[in-house]
Amino acid sequence: MQVAEHDVLVIGAGGAGLRAAIEASAAGASVGLVTKSLLGKAHTVMAEGGIAAALANVDGRDDWRTHFADTMRGGQYVNNPTMAELHAKESPDRVRELEAWGAVFDRTNDQKILQRNFGGHKYPRLAHVGDRTGLEMIRTLQDHGIHLGIDVHMEWTVTRLIVDGGRVVGAFGYDREKGRFQLFRASAVVLATGGIGRAYRITSNSWEYTGDGHALAYEAGAELIDMEYVQFHPTGMVWPPSVRGILVTEGVRGEGGVLRNSEGQRFMFDDIPDLYRGSTAADPEEGWRYTQGDKEARRPPELLTRDHVARCIVREIKEGRGSPHGGVFLDISWIREKLKDSEAHIRRKLPSMYHQFKELAGIDITSEAMEVGPTTHYVMGGVRVDGETQMSRVPGLFAAGECAGGLHGANRLGGNSLSDLLVFGKRAGEHAAMFAGAHPRDGASGAENEQVEAATRDALAPLERQDGGGNGVGSYAIQSELQDLMQAKVGIVRSQAELESGLEGVLALKERAESVSVAGNRAYNPGWHTALDLPNLLLVSEAVARAAALRQESRGAHFREDYTGKDEHWGRTTLVVRKGADGAMEIEEEAVTPPRDELQQIIEENR
Amino acid sequence: MASRTFRIWRGEQEGEGGFAEYTTDITEGMVVLDAVHQIQAESAGDLAVRWNCKAGKCGSCSAEVNGNPRLMCMTRMSDLPEDRPVTIEPMRTFPLLKDLVTDVSWNFEVKKRIRKFKPREPDAEDGTWRMAQVDVDRVQEFRKCIECFLCQDVCHVLRDSHKHDEFIGPRFFVHAAALEMHPLDTEDRLEELKEAQGVGYCNITKCCTKVCPEHITITDNAIIPLKERVVDRFYDPVRNLFRIIGGR
Repeated sequence: MQVAEHDVLVIGAGGAGLRAAIEASAAGASVGLVTKSLLGKAHTVMAEGGIAAALANVDGRDDWRTHFADTMRGGQYVNNPTMAELHAKESPDRVRELEAWGAVFDRTNDQKILQRNFGGHKYPRLAHVGDRTGLEMIRTLQDHGIHLGIDVHMEWTVTRLIVDGGRVVGAFGYDREKGRFQLFRASAVVLATGGIGRAYRITSNSWEYTGDGHALAYEAGAELIDMEYVQFHPTGMVWPPSVRGILVTEGVRGEGGVLRNSEGQRFMFDDIPDLYRGSTAADPEEGWRYTQGDKEARRPPELLTRDHVARCIVREIKEGRGSPHGGVFLDISWIREKLKDSEAHIRRKLPSMYHQFKELAGIDITSEAMEVGPTTHYVMGGVRVDGETQMSRVPGLFAAGECAGGLHGANRLGGNSLSDLLVFGKRAGEHAAMFAGAHPRDGASGAENEQVEAATRDALAPLERQDGGGNGVGSYAIQSELQDLMQAKVGIVRSQAELESGLEGVLALKERAESVSVAGNRAYNPGWHTALDLPNLLLVSEAVARAAALRQESRGAHFREDYTGKDEHWGRTTLVVRKGADGAMEIEEEAVTPPRDELQQIIEENR
Repeated sequence: MASRTFRIWRGEQEGEGGFAEYTTDITEGMVVLDAVHQIQAESAGDLAVRWNCKAGKCGSCSAEVNGNPRLMCMTRMSDLPEDRPVTIEPMRTFPLLKDLVTDVSWNFEVKKRIRKFKPREPDAEDGTWRMAQVDVDRVQEFRKCIECFLCQDVCHVLRDSHKHDEFIGPRFFVHAAALEMHPLDTEDRLEELKEAQGVGYCNITKCCTKVCPEHITITDNAIIPLKERVVDRFYDPVRNLFRIIGGR
């Protein structure tokens, strides 16, 4: 078997993984970067709206305190306060650093980085490039990183972490091209694998988002938190069927786009949560002024947090006021009443949305309304890490970005993801390099051999179960059933009975997945790859269903139709998922860490 | 629901393999990539294909559809003629790995050879720069590139003449142009563009521009200006005279 040796192994090459690799490399560590896809194709590339950072370029009143308070309010106060603080304080430097590495953000009139409005952010805060900010970010990191001597393992997938003496010492994986196996020995491992969106039928996520990092960490003995909080982005495409779920950026609403039902009503004005009543526009006119930079105006209700907007859309559809293809209308074309040359304006501000609707749906968004509905977008839950170092409870194992939990609490604000990747990717890389410096690699060991053998066996099993050319249980079929199940039972609106039957369904699929067989050989075989991703997808689905069934209240992205209100006990409680001694999944209630006094005061001042 | 026939290239080695026929049902709005996925799930579990975003943003699913270099995720079935099968082949300019997947690693190696961004000293005391929107518009056009490598696929210098060792291809001229025209950049790449990177090989047939899914005007806005800069530097007689006199 091939062996690769690195001080720091980073798994995942989206924004967090690249940023971690850059930092670890800059600290002098030898770095390996493993990515399931080609470099630069990770989901970060899909991010549209922008990077949230209190640069105060557009509104001088902004500062880290306001960003911190906005993040905590958006997360319904169950966020990890240390992470929320560091994130708000450090994201401006991380954005400026991108400019020093060649990123070209849109500019203000006084030639600084332009910032735009977004849901839940009090001031215009998102540094952006039209609606392709993620592409700009990943390309900047990629182009900077390739000159640093990082070893990039493209199209490799890690299926298991190697643990020895209670500490992570490497990973086992296969390459897509030939199905070769490799052992990656490392003194520290950073997980940056993104989310779990492929567990759902309607999703903005690609094939890669199968909860790999969550599952790898769990199996290695780390804990997962907040798994009940899955974000459904309010605006995904709904038609044609084949593009259902593809993201429509919140930037459309930031630029003045409005939501309407089939009766032409702006229904978002009908239900404004108490937490946001004082900061929401009284009428459409005030909302429009806000989107155009009027500092006295308050934000339109379309820019309320994603959880709330998604539920309002579901309500409209359920009550029969939806659009022809089961969504609602999102209209930016109406701004022609307000702006001269609105067509060119829309194309300049939202070029990829224009492109996407024109080519995939035959809709011209400068003159017609879009049809949109909620789509699975992001998981707030993830590996429990130390807020400063990003290390999990397994020494040497770090996590950053979407696969880490804590920063976003019960609901993530738009724009806080890209900044999360930068801030905590950097921190994870820095601390992983430091850890690696203090823990030199050992050579082969009995524990390593044993785990590598087991991992090899597991990886080959679906091929060896070949039953007359893969006529047994198919990997695509199980994945597809899981997606329908999670969508129906563990979706946006939840209830005890559905969650319990959802969990039962997941457990039944888990059993069937053990006899999955695939046709073909080990060379670039997507059926095999899907089979190897399945255990991860099933594991995170089980965690989401279990945690959601326990939390008998509604908070942020977790909405229970049988417990519609917030509950004081649950407001103080975090659900922690880990592998029990008997191998079964266990969940424990733990107290939420309260913010220290200074931070609590900032929260109070910004209520 | 109409059923359509596909001829998809299957094979694991250069020079071996052939087209296999598949039939699958097509529903309204489907793109070619959807059909490939459906075929994968129904009857060809090990059919190799790259994809990620399915929205024209990541540039993974490049292939030749009915002979045209396209992103499969942005090619609607309704735009293809219904009276014949849909033919899907891998990009021809790169070595075949399997089925629709090619070895594009050469592109990643080429990029490493282009000198990286080197900004001038910051303009403000807080370490930041000032740039006007009008001065970054052109660079932003280049930075829309999603690295699908379709421009590399159709460039005859690579596709037919195989000058992979002497010529970096349209994608990387766009990359170099984005760096050269970046208002903050101070690096000099002209000598390398002229020599090792072979900008002179491009004879402006604009095939690359025609296939760019991001509609970047590759030839006019990136390659021609780079050629002009090279000419100004190395072939301008007045400047040459100064160079001789100045001993440079």
